[in-house]
Amino acid sequence: MAKHRGRGVATINYPIGMNLGGDPSQALVHSNPTGKFSVALSSIDLGQGMKSVTRQIAAETLGVPVEDVYVDTADSDTGPHCMGSFASRGTHRVGNAVMAAAREARGVMMEAAAEELEVDPGDLETDGRGSIHVKGAPHRSIAVRDVAIAAQFKQGRTISGRGIFLVPLSDVDPETGEMSPATCYAHACLIAEVEVDDETGDVAVLKMTSAYEIGRALNPKLVEQQLVGGAWMGMSHALYETPEPYYPDTRDGPRDFNEYLMPGPGDLCPHDIAVLERPAPDGPFGGKGPGEMCANPVLPAVANAIFAAVGVRINDLPITPEKVLRAIKARGATAAGR
Amino acid sequence: MLELRKEIFADERDDNLSEIGQPTQRQDMLGHVTGTSAFYDDHRFAGLLHLKVLRSPHAHARIRSIDDSAAARAPGVKRIIRAVDVPVNLNTLLSLIQFGKDDEPSLASDVVRYKGEPVLGMVATSERAALEALRLVRVAYDPLPAVFDVEEAIKPGAPSVNATYAKNTFEYYGKYDHQNLRFGDVEAGFAQADVVLEDRYQMSPIEHAPTETNGSIAVPDTNGRFIVHTSTQALFFSLDTAAKINAIPSNQLHFIGGTVGGGFGGKVDTMTEPLAVLAARLTGAPVRYRLSRHEEMQFGSPRGGERIYIKDGVMRDGRIVARHVRCYFDSGAYTRLSSYAAVKCAAHIPGPYTIPNVGAEVYCVFTNRTPATAMRGFGVTALDFALECQMDKLAHAIGMDPVEFRILNAYRDGDMKAHRREAKNCALVECAQVAAEKANWPIRDEFRRMSSRSGGGAARTGGADRTRAPAPQAAPAPAAQPQRVTYERPAAPQPASAPAPTPPPRSTQPAPPPPRPSAPATTPGSSHGARRFSSVFGTRRR
Repeated sequence: MAKHRGRGVATINYPIGMNLGGDPSQALVHSNPTGKFSVALSSIDLGQGMKSVTRQIAAETLGVPVEDVYVDTADSDTGPHCMGSFASRGTHRVGNAVMAAAREARGVMMEAAAEELEVDPGDLETDGRGSIHVKGAPHRSIAVRDVAIAAQFKQGRTISGRGIFLVPLSDVDPETGEMSPATCYAHACLIAEVEVDDETGDVAVLKMTSAYEIGRALNPKLVEQQLVGGAWMGMSHALYETPEPYYPDTRDGPRDFNEYLMPGPGDLCPHDIAVLERPAPDGPFGGKGPGEMCANPVLPAVANAIFAAVGVRINDLPITPEKVLRAIKARGATAAGR
Repeated sequence: MLELRKEIFADERDDNLSEIGQPTQRQDMLGHVTGTSAFYDDHRFAGLLHLKVLRSPHAHARIRSIDDSAAARAPGVKRIIRAVDVPVNLNTLLSLIQFGKDDEPSLASDVVRYKGEPVLGMVATSERAALEALRLVRVAYDPLPAVFDVEEAIKPGAPSVNATYAKNTFEYYGKYDHQNLRFGDVEAGFAQADVVLEDRYQMSPIEHAPTETNGSIAVPDTNGRFIVHTSTQALFFSLDTAAKINAIPSNQLHFIGGTVGGGFGGKVDTMTEPLAVLAARLTGAPVRYRLSRHEEMQFGSPRGGERIYIKDGVMRDGRIVARHVRCYFDSGAYTRLSSYAAVKCAAHIPGPYTIPNVGAEVYCVFTNRTPATAMRGFGVTALDFALECQMDKLAHAIGMDPVEFRILNAYRDGDMKAHRREAKNCALVECAQVAAEKANWPIRDEFRRMSSRSGGGAARTGGADRTRAPAPQAAPAPAAQPQRVTYERPAAPQPASAPAPTPPPRSTQPAPPPPRPSAPATTPGSSHGARRFSSVFGTRRR
């Protein structure tokens, strides 16, 4: 009896947005009379940070501080249509819609500011701190708040914008499968190190090292949250969970969290992540979306690491201690796969 | 630990930004950490009623009769909802985007097709009253033969699961029982290959396991409208589906979602809203319909179990020359979203690699189990598992380092993909290089110097017509007899630090790879090894 260590690798890519496109999202942006902006969406924040990412996109595009933007989501009476929060489409699709709406609102804001300063709108720029000034002459400036007041009560303008983003639906050739599935792809490579107990068949994941290319990390903390959480899910898929443990036989399905196995805090491991940014030409500030992909490389990397450790290949998920032990016994011995 | 590698692809970015790239704290953080963010079930209504459904105990059976007379007299019961009460009792979610036929009833009327299928709805003053009344309902079933295995289900004579798709396969383009992918000449590729390797992979079904189970509350509003508080991931999918099934105009519904206790794809299906709205319409009272944990685990849609066969042809110099994939999506009893995932899966084949000859058939198969649905990585997760295990075996079979093998075959800008679109904005090579560097996984200099931005397209095909399958880089003489590899090697005791097997020399191959790094030494005295007893609090200590 012994414990064996091994490392396994996987490289993957992931398509951004619904397959074949045809999945629009809309956004509305408007300023209140004192220069604070609202973004209205029907998109859902599942906890992934949709509200925060779209808020930063709106602030960057408008040229105002992020504190001056509030994102209101998930109301069908006030938020315009969005296909939904799935298919890694939030950042790319909704982000682009918000960017378009914010750009339109910014255009009105700059016109209103130009009227107040008696200059051409093209000569103005935002300072990102709540003011608009003449390029090269920062002393000729006006606060966004004062622009909004003037627009509302004096000029009769609405500082608002509409945005939609749609990747047109692609046909599929029935014979060859020729199609345009996605406009951009995120990428990853993950290396997992495991320790396999050849007496119990138990597999512990000791360390993960990864590199993710996601276009642009619009908010690195939210990216980290996704990648760390997704790796946990990948580890869980690889080694622990299923509602049908004897699939395709449907018997003995778990009914609650006492019977449905998933890794607990004590099963977690350090995860060292590098993020690369190759901007997507059609992404908001180049952003793609790390949402779904981050579970995917963990499953095969762990399976490959088990092979490296004890020389057995398990092709059926989840890789339970029982399957590992049976495979080791069938081989008659353990030997490092490489 | 997360580090941003800004120096890579820096020439393609404008980093002169104020808010983008900042680790700004989330807008809803305070509400989340103080427990004041409102979930759908945090809304309170006077006179709230509760809906529970009677679920089939059989995987496949004909309903002979239903006697709910005793249940109707049970304490607290306000209304029984039968199949005939559902205005449009046949639907498929993607009918909203004109994909697929309506195939799933909200309440089964004549046949149940999976264990747990809803048969009848009970609306009562409490969940307990509803559940107790459901126990008084008598249903006479005639069990029918059932099928659970995807490959059994498509054999002639298998029990027919879903009346809309009688042959147990989703119908593509009105003429195929699968999605095709054809690129190059796969058989010619296999004939040319030095090594051909074939294997079978099985993804397990997975429960989304959200902290908050699926649910919604439908509340009669003024002027004939209904407000629906819901945990949905897709507000307008849910709204339009509820309107369709209830046969009411969509502007009679006001859906409010927002804070969701975990989705992962399991809240795209519109599982509770249509019946909650119907119950509110029939009773004039607010009605909550939420799944119990047991229902969520066994009768809410899981990630489907996919079965994948992969056959690859590879040259001893590391180039993959042919890949064929046959994939079966287990859709369960109804389509829901599996038909869509099968097309997405086909688009993903052969993975992020440039392979001149690719073929695939992807099936969406009906079986007598809980209908599967979307989950994180839908259509891709299982395929990536299969492809990347296969890539490891291929590297091993030809004695090549698995990271270098992936870099060699990685798609690059300008390459033609199997679905006949040019690859651009690629970054797989760089991800592999950075991960290897961080993990101290040695790769040779020539692989460290490779780039996604060069060596693809015309450089790879030698200027050949790229609207067709690219020719292999080199044209080595085909092996007289392709070597067949069976995967499990015989047990051979060998030290952990044994060098990788050296492939037989060939004039076209690069220098043999360096020996694999030996496994890191096990820490003596590690406390690891305690058995876990709970999925929530793993007891493993390290």
